[in-house]
Amino acid sequence: MSEETRFIVESSPQIRHSDTTAGIMWHVSLALVPAGIWGVYVFGVRSLLVILLSIAASAAAEYAAARLMNRKTLSDGSAVLTGLLIGYNMPPLVPLFIPVVASVFAVAVVKWAFGGLGANWMNPALAGRAFVFFSWTSGMNAWKVPSSWAAADSVSSATPLGAVKTGLMDVAGEGGSSLGYLGDIGYSFSAMGEAVSSWFNSAGIAVSPYHADLFFGNIPGSIGEVSAFLLLLGGIYLMHRRIVTWEIPVSYILSFALLIWVFEGTLFSRGLFAGSVFFHVFGGGLILGALFMATDMVTSPITRRGMIIYGIGAGALTFLIRIYGSLPEGVSLAIIIMNIFVPMIDRYVQPKPYGVKKTRGGAS
Amino acid sequence: MLKQRTFRRGGIHPPDKKRLTEGQPISLCPDPEVITVPFSQHLGTPASAAVSKGDVVNAGDIIAEASGFISAHIHTPLGGEVKEIRNIFIPAGFSVPAAVIAVDPGSSFQESVLTEGEAEKLSPEELLDIVKKCGIAGLGGAAFPAHVKFKVPKGKHADVLIINGVECEPYLNADNRLMIEHAGELLEGISYIQRMTGAKSVIIGIEANKPDAMKAVEGAAAAQGYTYAVQPLKVMYPQGDEKQLIEAVTGKEVPSGGLPIDVGTVVTNVGTAFAVFEAVRRKKPLFERIVTVSGEAVSRPMNIRAKVGTPFRMLIEQAGGFSEEPCKVVAGGPMMGFAVYDLDTPVMKGTSGILALTRKQVQEGVETPCISCGRCVRSCPMGLQPTRLYHLIDRGLYQEAKDAWLLDCKECGCCSYSCPAKIHLVQGMRLGKRMLRNLSS
Repeated sequence: MSEETRFIVESSPQIRHSDTTAGIMWHVSLALVPAGIWGVYVFGVRSLLVILLSIAASAAAEYAAARLMNRKTLSDGSAVLTGLLIGYNMPPLVPLFIPVVASVFAVAVVKWAFGGLGANWMNPALAGRAFVFFSWTSGMNAWKVPSSWAAADSVSSATPLGAVKTGLMDVAGEGGSSLGYLGDIGYSFSAMGEAVSSWFNSAGIAVSPYHADLFFGNIPGSIGEVSAFLLLLGGIYLMHRRIVTWEIPVSYILSFALLIWVFEGTLFSRGLFAGSVFFHVFGGGLILGALFMATDMVTSPITRRGMIIYGIGAGALTFLIRIYGSLPEGVSLAIIIMNIFVPMIDRYVQPKPYGVKKTRGGAS
Repeated sequence: MLKQRTFRRGGIHPPDKKRLTEGQPISLCPDPEVITVPFSQHLGTPASAAVSKGDVVNAGDIIAEASGFISAHIHTPLGGEVKEIRNIFIPAGFSVPAAVIAVDPGSSFQESVLTEGEAEKLSPEELLDIVKKCGIAGLGGAAFPAHVKFKVPKGKHADVLIINGVECEPYLNADNRLMIEHAGELLEGISYIQRMTGAKSVIIGIEANKPDAMKAVEGAAAAQGYTYAVQPLKVMYPQGDEKQLIEAVTGKEVPSGGLPIDVGTVVTNVGTAFAVFEAVRRKKPLFERIVTVSGEAVSRPMNIRAKVGTPFRMLIEQAGGFSEEPCKVVAGGPMMGFAVYDLDTPVMKGTSGILALTRKQVQEGVETPCISCGRCVRSCPMGLQPTRLYHLIDRGLYQEAKDAWLLDCKECGCCSYSCPAKIHLVQGMRLGKRMLRNLSS
């Protein structure tokens, strides 16, 4: 060997896992792509424009903010992911300036004002969405019927959650259920939903077209949230790659489902333990939120137990906001509120070190 | 066979790479013309020079004497003339004095034989004296002086002697091959250690990826009438760490700041047990060991018995040289081993492997901000929070880091390995400990 050879000398360990921060961000983005393609398929090419605008605005804000700080961070993928999530959280007919404002607010204010990636304490995409949601309410409710609906007599329609919420305000609590109520008001469904329904029914399993439409995404809603099925596939991919761990999504969805099952039926005077779990789990932004937003590493706890507490908190808050609040949806707000609790959770929920009898609670 | 056991917290699964050398029988390294024998090859106080320039030494002579309570003698494996005593860099990053000896060809060590019957009659004190005279230090990597470890302090007692044949570091097969090829001698060595420590029972812990070693040890134990239990352990790093091994085998945790003997255990490596056998029965000091020469940049990975003081270069050449330019050469395993500056680095008592790694294995990367993913926390076998400790140390809050159990970190590397932000967490822990030492002195 030549005398010129120089070896790298650094502290152990001498080998590293191949995952990188940027790799994680790109994998999460990749896992989101199928659900986005579905959104564009059912809501039209304009949805693609919304998503691309969000990404472009987010990336531009990242580049500018990093430039100010003399850093180059665009390649870490986090800004693209933020933009992608903002686009997914927009209604299809949103005025185009709204996603741009949301993205710039998310990246420049929520993320970079605190020091950039890793330093923000609130999920940037959700904070951006909340900012524009309360600023331009009607623009953020510009829903569109999916192209897959058979009998679409108008362009816009309420989301399933919205329709039930409004209905309940008009006719408080008769017998029935959320899902049944959709049928009562003649809520549309797709040919695909009908086909799946009759296939199951012929096998002796009672499945309504609404079940299938909620699960596969033939409903009005935010661009990227409607296809629970494809989002779940993406989530499973991320868990398989060990990028997302089960704690947050599972504790979030299970605690929410449990509360819905116990209490939601009371809205229809059906008493306890009669809630429409399927309707609430797949009918809104829960799957997108639980798999892709609540699991944002920066703004979630670092210990397993902490993650479970955080997930249960998000589930309970989503339940409270959706069922007893005035808004039909509650996922974004619930996650944002839980973000605030993360430092506290991390402080009080600490692993017990090896060989230590009693942990000094909340040390330093 | 017993059910596989493991430790409770954390742990990682790096690619184990055992296949490169697990089937390679131990081969011998030819004697070098010049050897460089460092005076500090163990944990604790360096030995003090017992020879000076121009002295002629015989193979097996003590060339540096243990000084202080935790220290060990250093012997020369070959005879010759001491050309100089000079400071060299050892892999751990320290500069220590070493004897450079021009080897007299044909000056090999003459073993003498003590029969098994004679060895039977030795008292625990006599055995401890042999271990001390032979300069035995733990061969697992940390190289803790063995006579200190085997002497159970007054008021304590050893219930279980745990023999560490786990070898959880990727690539390494030195212990594996030793168990396969020298199970009988190894077991006899264990019996002497049991006598020294007074341990009531013996458990040999072997990771489940070494079925041949388990078979060899169980077979030899049955043949020689030893009642030692072989405990298979789940393949998981750092299964072979003393504290994790105790946890896996006994379910007990060594108290923070305490020693294995506090929970009635003594843990020692299979290599050390073999060294004890050689010391007792062949009166041979510890001056050679088995080294796994492996890594993707080595042409013919193999296991080599090499003498202390042999330059890495010779072992690499015996393994066919480099197949490609390595980006890192490591003394020991890839998780806790040290990257070396050059191939003149000599083999020492704790050198379990020499690895030549390529860029693909090293996965070097640019450090990016912590995104609090929690992988370091989940991987820490000690239940610590590496990212939190790192932030404290980074801000100079050393006392606070100590309160968060910094001193319980043994630098196993799980956190740094898992960190996607490529933060040098272990290096941070080292810095924090160093600063604490400086503050207290």
